Amino acid sequence: MAVDYKALKNGGFMRQVQKDNFSLRLKVVGGNLTAEQLITIAEIAKKYGASAVHLTSRQGVEIPFIKLPDVEAVKAELAAGGVDTGVCGPRVRTVTACQGSDICPSGCIETYGLAKDISDRYFGRELPHKFKFGVTGCVNNCLKAEENDVGVKGGLIISYDKAACTMCGVCVKACREGAITEDGEALALDTAKCNNCGRCVKSCPFDAWQGKPGYIVSFGGTFGNKIAKGEEILPIIEEREALFRVADAALAFFDKNAKPSERFRVAIERAGWDALKTEILEAYNNG
Amino acid sequence: MADLPYTIDAEVDATDVVCPVTFVKAKVALEELDDGQILAVRLNDGEPVQNVPRSVKDEGHQVLKLVDNGDGTYNLIVRKVGD
Repeated sequence: MAVDYKALKNGGFMRQVQKDNFSLRLKVVGGNLTAEQLITIAEIAKKYGASAVHLTSRQGVEIPFIKLPDVEAVKAELAAGGVDTGVCGPRVRTVTACQGSDICPSGCIETYGLAKDISDRYFGRELPHKFKFGVTGCVNNCLKAEENDVGVKGGLIISYDKAACTMCGVCVKACREGAITEDGEALALDTAKCNNCGRCVKSCPFDAWQGKPGYIVSFGGTFGNKIAKGEEILPIIEEREALFRVADAALAFFDKNAKPSERFRVAIERAGWDALKTEILEAYNNG
Repeated sequence: MADLPYTIDAEVDATDVVCPVTFVKAKVALEELDDGQILAVRLNDGEPVQNVPRSVKDEGHQVLKLVDNGDGTYNLIVRKVGD
């Protein structure tokens, strides 16, 4: 029987230069693996591969040199060790994330849980072409949100409690956007300049600046054959439900407007940014 | 809220170093103080004034004020909290 290389590739077995050897892509969500999963991966790499793994550019792990006759055994042993195989081809790919506010002092949103929710909802979904989600915890953007088809960046929606403020002056300097000014009597915030970085909240010694986590979403990023930065077309999103409505709408737009093997960015440019914006705004507003 | 009154107990000049040594100098100076004493840390504009107040806060100390010296430097006034 002929080998169905396409089915193997869809299931994460990537053909190598060496005949009937495969680099097996594993499912990793948000760049997070448990120690037990790492041990399983190491054991499989030793037993069936070449005692090595490759770390991919998008936080994935691949085990190269898996032999064709071992494919089913490898899948079963990985599953028994709590490791899933990944995907390739025209579908939603690995969801990437930085460590976020659970770990990182700069983080404005909790990223692992969000990456897992996004992955649970969309991972592997069939689409006209590959589709990538990335989640970064703050505007430092370690995870490079805008290079993804849909990028999510954490921010803080800030508010000011004048009664708690001592006019110490720390936030005026901590803000890199020049959004906070003081006249000796009171502080003034220029919301048009605020980029939701949260540095005022994190630096304020008197908790006069308060921040609510929010999502800054970018659309149409791609960083392969074509390079383009994802664009923000919405204000910062406060509610998780609204974020998912917007993501649903982005995938629906892609499914409806893209030709086969066409990336989200190309589809947006052909259908028009205004068309995308109309559908995304509708999803954003209709809770 | 009006300015908090304070009397400076010790001073350190961190304008001769760059981050993160700026914060290290402040931290070392704070270690030599007793709980409740006040330190003035002289900082350059730019990264030091953007970052050192937050680092001092994260260490659990109470930042009281950032005073503009008018010469491109600032004095960060910190009350030591804890030993």
